Amino acid sequence: MINIQHLSKQFGGFKAVDDLSLSVDAGETLVLLGTSGCGKTTTLRMLNRLVEPDGGTIHIDGIDVREQPAPELRRRIGYVIQDGGLFPHYTVAEAIATVPRLLNWTPDIIDQRTRELLDKLQLPVGSLNRYPSELSGGQRQRVGLARALAVRPPVVLMDEPFGALDPFTRRHVRRELFGLTELSETTVVLVTHDVSEAIELADRIALMDKGRLVQIGTPDELLQRPANDFVRDFLDDKPHRLRG
Amino acid sequence: MNDFVAFVGTHADQLLRQTLTHIGLTFVSLLLALLIGVPLGILIARHARLASVTLGVAGVLQTIPSVALLGFLIPVLGIGIGPALVALFLYALLPIIRNTYVGITEVSPSVTDAARGLGMTDNQILLKVELPLALPVLFAGIRTATVINVGVATLAAYVAAGGLGEFIFGGIALSNTSMILAGAIPAALLAVGFDAGLAWLQHRSGRRLRVGAVVFALLLPMLSGFALLPAGHDRLVAGFAHEFYGRADGYPGLQKTYGLQLTPKLIDQNLMYEAIHRGQVDLISGYSTDGRIKAFDLLVLADDRHAFPPYDAAPIVRQAALDRYPALGTTLNKLAGRLSDSVMTTLNYQVDYQKQSPEAVARQFLQRTGLYKTPSPGERTQTIVMGSKVFTEQYILAEIYRQLIEGQTQLRMVTKTGLGGTQICFDALRTGAIDFYPEYTGTGLLVILQPPADTLRTMSMQSDSVYAFVDAQFRVSYNIQWLKPLGFSNSYALMMRRQQAQALGIRSIPDLVRYLQR
Repeated sequence: MINIQHLSKQFGGFKAVDDLSLSVDAGETLVLLGTSGCGKTTTLRMLNRLVEPDGGTIHIDGIDVREQPAPELRRRIGYVIQDGGLFPHYTVAEAIATVPRLLNWTPDIIDQRTRELLDKLQLPVGSLNRYPSELSGGQRQRVGLARALAVRPPVVLMDEPFGALDPFTRRHVRRELFGLTELSETTVVLVTHDVSEAIELADRIALMDKGRLVQIGTPDELLQRPANDFVRDFLDDKPHRLRG
Repeated sequence: MNDFVAFVGTHADQLLRQTLTHIGLTFVSLLLALLIGVPLGILIARHARLASVTLGVAGVLQTIPSVALLGFLIPVLGIGIGPALVALFLYALLPIIRNTYVGITEVSPSVTDAARGLGMTDNQILLKVELPLALPVLFAGIRTATVINVGVATLAAYVAAGGLGEFIFGGIALSNTSMILAGAIPAALLAVGFDAGLAWLQHRSGRRLRVGAVVFALLLPMLSGFALLPAGHDRLVAGFAHEFYGRADGYPGLQKTYGLQLTPKLIDQNLMYEAIHRGQVDLISGYSTDGRIKAFDLLVLADDRHAFPPYDAAPIVRQAALDRYPALGTTLNKLAGRLSDSVMTTLNYQVDYQKQSPEAVARQFLQRTGLYKTPSPGERTQTIVMGSKVFTEQYILAEIYRQLIEGQTQLRMVTKTGLGGTQICFDALRTGAIDFYPEYTGTGLLVILQPPADTLRTMSMQSDSVYAFVDAQFRVSYNIQWLKPLGFSNSYALMMRRQQAQALGIRSIPDLVRYLQR
């Protein structure tokens, strides 16, 4: 579904992403894992051209992302960021309708799809006319996801989507959302620095360090057969590491 | 209070027209400021390097005092609605640019990032996300700009652009509190009202705010339309000073005596001369010995029926001083009839426009008339104290008197120039702080004596009779004498550009009335 070849990006003299190659299968959930500044977010943002690469290629569904206008590309790729990234002046209904409207869907179809998503994401119908400030953190996150899924994009990008939630809510919302059939059929690339989140959600984990891919594989593979000490240390229990 | 209600009652038409013009001026300039300021604010929000320069320039414009700004604009734009609108526009610009800029730059980066990530184009991000989110801040700027403009728009009356300032400045010139309030209260209500309305709008949220913004945007051109209310058109455009327009012996007197009917523009009396010089008005009210009559080649229209009371200049002297120094009276009277209107106008012109000193101008005058003598040396023990008001003509007269007396007598002269207005000067004379000063018969009559209205109605307004009346009254009431008149009268006068007046065959006020009625 997604094929990345020799991707690189520099900011000033700093190599944010350095010769990265990987591919993501259709329907797979790939987690980009690593410390802050390892290049995982930059990689994600190059997928929908929020950042333009200096070198390398990205193909989504066989098409080079740079061969199409960025806004059109992005409308077909779901995008979820921390705390939902909701517009303070849009109600829940308006938020969910954002991309459908950009694609000129008719109001009827938008309405139908909105109700469908509310139902699936267990948001109360009464929340349609609420503003983000009137929602709980968990609700905001669901609305952010509903907005990203509204036009049934084949690919969804998530940048620390649960980062703004407290640990308890985070686990709860995470389980709920990733239990959705909507998501299980979608190719997801998710960025996080949270090891347990990565292990729980990922079909495969791509562990990055200093702009380079260190190891890519299923959570089991990384845990059982770490490619080097860095991988072992990173996936190891944090309290244990601190003791060491 | 009753005076105020009565004033508003009798001037309701004018008040309504002024209020509408005021609203119009405020919102035309606001509209212009929005049309320029919002795109500029957006531009500098995109290009941070331009921000400090742009905001700096707009900030400097804001610090220019409003009267000074009008002063800068008049040479370029003349008088009328032009300079008023430009000044108001410039004042409204800073709050609009700044608040657009702040409103947009304060939109959370995660929100614009999400908008871009969802596939919005730059224009869509601006129109659907940034501007709507900046609206409350933008409206705060619009509020500021509106309140500033309602205040500054009162100054439009300086430059004949109308508005509530007409009552305010007229009221100040005439010391008419009701008139001042009739302008000031509506202006304050407009400011408070617009502020409250916009505050209400600013605090709406989401869709309501956007709807409110659209309604406001549609309303704005309509409110602006009031600035274009048709003003009456005469065959000649008159520009009158506020005081002249309101004073019983000014325009109302002309209406009564000659049946003159005009819809004059009201304008600051110093700008009036500039305006007629530049051809922006054709007829002004002025003073008959102003130096600008000569500088701008104006023609004073003859006041055949004496609608304007005479303001013949003459020294007024304490009887005590005349008795003690007999030389004083005879010396001062040597000037009797020596200064005609045109001579005095020329002297004023030499000081005001040729920038000669009053001292030099006075000496030349005395030399020309053969009255100049070099003061003889020798001790001077007896002192005469002379006063004058604070304007050019009085300074020149004071110099003439000083040089005359010092040349012709052994008296020592002390001059106290700069005694402010009539009241201060006259009080100084009455209490003996000064011995004499030049005064005008009309002022003596209307400002100092203030006879009852009945007496005034029956009085003849001929020069001689007014002179006789004030002299007699002053002797009785104050023990002060009016010496012989100098020969000129600094009275109200209607004036036109000489060339135009000649082309139209207008030499007097009756000629003017006939021309206007034709």
